[in-house]
Amino acid sequence: MSRAVFFFSEAIRALRRSAAPSIAAIVTIVVTTLLLGVLIPVLKASGDKTQDVRDQIGLNVFLFNDAARDEIDALGSELETIPHVEGVEFVSRKEAIEVLAGRVEGELSESLGELNSNPLPPSFAIDIDDPTNLGAVTASITKTGPAGDRQPISPIVDEVRDARQDASKITRVTGAVTVVLAILAVLLLIASLMLVGNTIRLSIYARRREVEVMRLVGATNWFIRWPFMIEGVIVGLAGAAVAVGILWLGKVTVVDPLSDNLNLVDSLSTMGFLPLVIILVSSAMIVSALGSGITLRRFLRV
Amino acid sequence: MALTRSRSSRGRARGHDASTRYESRTGAPAPKPPIVALKDATVVYPGGHVALERVSLEVARGEFAFVVGPTGCGKSTLIKLLIREVEPASGDVEIAGHDINEMPHKRVPKLRRRIGTVFQDFKLLPNRTVYDNVAYALQVIGESRSEIRRKTPEIIRLVGLQSKIHNYPDQLSGGEQQRVSIARAFVNHPPLLLADEPTGNLDPETSIGIMQLLYRINRTGTTVLVVTHDREMVDKMRRRVIQLEEGRLIRDEVSGGYHDESTREFAARLARELDVEPSTGVNDILDW
Repeated sequence: MSRAVFFFSEAIRALRRSAAPSIAAIVTIVVTTLLLGVLIPVLKASGDKTQDVRDQIGLNVFLFNDAARDEIDALGSELETIPHVEGVEFVSRKEAIEVLAGRVEGELSESLGELNSNPLPPSFAIDIDDPTNLGAVTASITKTGPAGDRQPISPIVDEVRDARQDASKITRVTGAVTVVLAILAVLLLIASLMLVGNTIRLSIYARRREVEVMRLVGATNWFIRWPFMIEGVIVGLAGAAVAVGILWLGKVTVVDPLSDNLNLVDSLSTMGFLPLVIILVSSAMIVSALGSGITLRRFLRV
Repeated sequence: MALTRSRSSRGRARGHDASTRYESRTGAPAPKPPIVALKDATVVYPGGHVALERVSLEVARGEFAFVVGPTGCGKSTLIKLLIREVEPASGDVEIAGHDINEMPHKRVPKLRRRIGTVFQDFKLLPNRTVYDNVAYALQVIGESRSEIRRKTPEIIRLVGLQSKIHNYPDQLSGGEQQRVSIARAFVNHPPLLLADEPTGNLDPETSIGIMQLLYRINRTGTTVLVVTHDREMVDKMRRRVIQLEEGRLIRDEVSGGYHDESTREFAARLARELDVEPSTGVNDILDW
């Protein structure tokens, strides 16, 4: 117990006595943690968005307005038998207009009410297990006829439409963004880890004589190492605390007001602030404590 | 471990009159192994330089011995060998009967705690006061805080630095720094004290003070081994002299006669023979 107190006071003493290198180490950790704190939610959000888009991909089979009830039912059960189809939902003309009315607001929804007839056809909304099977399912619905033209499986089918072009574009863009961000994040992380390691190494190098003397009076390696590790933890904690403070300010002043107005930003806050803070603080502490410990090894060789 | 045994026996002996202690040490055949024993020790540095070549010697408990020789003769290597800063290419190094190169790495700090070491360049911790420098040696061995508070000022008083107890090393003279270094080496009361050129950076008057301090420590029962190239000082001290040249032991003789003189007599004789006036600082220690 008294040993822990001794190690702690040794660490504090070292921090006070070498204020400049300590502050340099803290600043590098602030920068690294800030980068991580911005990049982690952005990466996670872009990943979520991609998943979102993939989940939404489905197929719409539009029917002619005069399709009879029994024909619709027959088509519906036939669609369900197609492989890779996960769900088939019939959307009547009435439902279609209600969905549309729900999506648009203001003047547009008023003008919808002014229509004296419903312009929307009935349709089937088909869910597919995986977007890559979109083509196969479409081909099953519109079979290629003997003359080479494409023929729907039922005469009531007017048109088969999928959001494939849009979807693949979105997945490609978000995928590219994710890759670029990930590479950027890894590079920044490596650079700042080296920076942190270097700063710690400098501050220990300045005290290598001290370490040598400690060894000569019979201090065990861990007896020398503990204060340095605790010092590293304190530096990491201080750096992470400052960075988290800045992140919190940014969240309150920029992200939160935006997310009230924009749906897009909303997905940015999919990651809870608390787990993010825990990840940042603990990794900053571990990195700087390990950095100190590993750097010391070189001076501790007997 | 034998080192621990010797420590407690010395503690008992400290109460006795110095002369009876000396007799008891020489009268009965010593059952314990010598504190230092080198057997054909050879040290080769990377690059092929042979620093020590087949050196064999023994130092008995309670002895005061000098190691002399020109620069580069292997004196400092000898000290490094004894605290296992270097390892011999061949031969054995035994401290209190234990081959120190057989012991696992983990035990090396424990060995060093039982050997006080004084260096020419003092090797004090620059960011610590006199008090903290001495206390560090106690903190290292896990001494309780109350013991540290008791022992540290005591030993600082013994080396005559009580007025500078809260000064930093760079505020002290060379002689004062060397005294701090001796206080740190001796605060654990090790059975063996090694001094590598302890007076190398000091003027003759200050050197006497340091030698006197080492002599005083020797009289508490601690074996003291002093490496030096100060031939004049060695001749006047009339103690055992181990001479090295180019890594080989070329002389090992005891020029005795003054074993039982008191610290005061010792200092006075030394000052007389070296033709210097003992400083007042030295007189402080005489009262110890």
